Amino acid sequence: MAVIDFKQPVVIPSKEIDNTGDDPRARAELITGDHDLTSVTDAVGRVAEQKPSWLWWACFALASAGAAAFFAQIAYLFLTGTGIWGNNQPVAWGFPIINFVFWVGIGHAGTLISAILFLFRQNWRTSINRFAEAMTIFAVVCAGIFPAIHVGRPWLAYWLFPYPNQMAMWPQFRSPLLWDVFAVSTYASVSLLFWYTGMVPDLATLRDRAKGKIARFAYGVASLGWNGSSRHWHRFEKAYLLLAALCTPLVLSVHSVVSFDFAIAQLPGWHTTIFPPYFVAGAIYGGFAMVITLAVPAREWFGLKEIITMRHIQNCAKVMLGTGMIVMYAYSVEFFVAWYSGHHYEQFVFANRPAGNYKFGFWLMVFCNCIGPQILWFRWARNSLLAIMFAAMCVNVGMWFERYVITVTSLSRDFLPGSWDQFEMTIVDATMFACSFGLFFTLFLLFLKFLPVIALSEVKTCMPQAHGYGADTHEGEHADDHAGGGVSHPDASGAPDPPESPPQENSS
Amino acid sequence: MTAIDLGAPTGMEQARASADEASLYGVSAEFDSVPAVLSAAHALKDQGYTRMDVHSPFPIHGIDDALGIKPTILPWIVLTMGLTGCATGLFLTHYTMATGFDLGHFTSLEGYKYLISGKPFTSTPGYIPVVFELTIMFAAYTAVFAMFLLNKLPQPFHPLFSSERFRRATQDRFFLAVEARDPHFDVGDTSELLRQHGAVSVEAVQE
Repeated sequence: MAVIDFKQPVVIPSKEIDNTGDDPRARAELITGDHDLTSVTDAVGRVAEQKPSWLWWACFALASAGAAAFFAQIAYLFLTGTGIWGNNQPVAWGFPIINFVFWVGIGHAGTLISAILFLFRQNWRTSINRFAEAMTIFAVVCAGIFPAIHVGRPWLAYWLFPYPNQMAMWPQFRSPLLWDVFAVSTYASVSLLFWYTGMVPDLATLRDRAKGKIARFAYGVASLGWNGSSRHWHRFEKAYLLLAALCTPLVLSVHSVVSFDFAIAQLPGWHTTIFPPYFVAGAIYGGFAMVITLAVPAREWFGLKEIITMRHIQNCAKVMLGTGMIVMYAYSVEFFVAWYSGHHYEQFVFANRPAGNYKFGFWLMVFCNCIGPQILWFRWARNSLLAIMFAAMCVNVGMWFERYVITVTSLSRDFLPGSWDQFEMTIVDATMFACSFGLFFTLFLLFLKFLPVIALSEVKTCMPQAHGYGADTHEGEHADDHAGGGVSHPDASGAPDPPESPPQENSS
Repeated sequence: MTAIDLGAPTGMEQARASADEASLYGVSAEFDSVPAVLSAAHALKDQGYTRMDVHSPFPIHGIDDALGIKPTILPWIVLTMGLTGCATGLFLTHYTMATGFDLGHFTSLEGYKYLISGKPFTSTPGYIPVVFELTIMFAAYTAVFAMFLLNKLPQPFHPLFSSERFRRATQDRFFLAVEARDPHFDVGDTSELLRQHGAVSVEAVQE
């Protein structure tokens, strides 16, 4: 594979091939390093096959301790009641709903990468879609727990679902909270199916590489006996395309419905029509920050730098920057509309946000979401993992505080001063949120250890070898056997003769 | 249940013997590049072979044409189930929220008469999110499960799994398998043809 000669030399903080240029005349390489099908399979298979490093064990010990503490606190909650939280009247939502919106938002970047970028034929997605989808599932697991434990009597949470019962009662289908039940449960289960379906061929790869009996059996069961038949691939690709097409409106609908939870209420600061697009953009913003947060250390530790290249990280950074601008625009429009509406309750809420009791949260949100990530406009920052991680961390913090500002400032200061009250978080609020990261990272570390972290079969379709190039190294071995020496059949419409130089797979 | 290397000295005799016993599944040829397996598939198709398949670590562009694979009916199944999901959502919401019609002994299942801002009890626009989510749910579940069922998966055993070499079919090699059931099949001729078209190795696979 040729090194692309870009006009402007850029500094890359590692020894990788530079594939980060923006020259439209040369397509950048999707995978750097001199990889062929065998070495890519080895690089990814090794992650699941080798014994985990001490670093993995250290992270896993920490994360699983957090997860255990999370479940212990849930037990404490069940035994004691919701009084252990800072929730009060009027701030009945408090941390559980803030955390729910935060976690479900993070999931959105995974679906955007796996479904929307698939429909747009953005082939660079293949290196990161698998673990971004895993991130989606695990974030939705964390998200689902919070509203479930927030309902007060969680052992009756099944009342949310419509089933004929002895009470002769149905859920209220005109309520956005019920829409949320349908949206989130559809989203969780369809994301899981999408993730698993894409993983079946790669699980078969791990099955066929497995040395141990247990591994072979487990991967064998999980891969359903996938044998790479072209007839299977034909239906598989069709199903994958259909799933992507179905997931695209689904992911947009989910955070829209989450925003309806707020927007349908008549509370000042919530009752605005901009909420659905604003929430979706915010979700993707926060989600890409989490993708970067996970991808940067994972590629470093597992030797996947040549597959998840600097270009992938930069693309994520650019998507983050773009959606961040939409979020900033939404913030400004909210203030403009509050002023323009002439509605003095609305005006009060928006004056109260930057200057009222919760101004700390508001200004932290503004710094983290609107100011910090702006460094990504500079090329040097996009070439520095440290700067990208700084921006991503800003967004991780900022997006949590955005939900805090929306939920708490509006609820605590509604129409009547007589019903106002201050929200104070408790220790349990804080530790429960922190420990939900333990659950998230436990699941993610298990995924990194046991499952194919890169969508191998998809990455291979984007390599030159998939199109009949790059096989020249084997040419000498079988030159005598080859009737046509690897030249395609004259009738084969889709397979041209190998040209002089291998083409570069597209990316953007 | 074994794979016989046809390159080995006694391989062909063994294969012929098992062909006589009708315990031969077919022959499987290994290729190391996409053009090679495509050209071999085209050549066999031109010779009239029909019962063959290419096994590859990723979908090969142009293989449908080379093997004569017809478009799947999967999209139609998904469309049907998507519409079913939509109808289910419409029925569920309108039926459970209905207050305006009497269904005899079903009346005990009527919805709440909650008056919310003077809105009608049955308000289709308010049901759209639920109807939409059910449409997606039915269609997406169908896309996955119908795809696996049409592919006859899960299928824990396949004769080709008895070949050690075949384990590379999910990694970095391409296998063209011709079944013994094919009318043109002959262990000697077929494997010779495959070798002519660049097969790295040819094996006979028993049932």
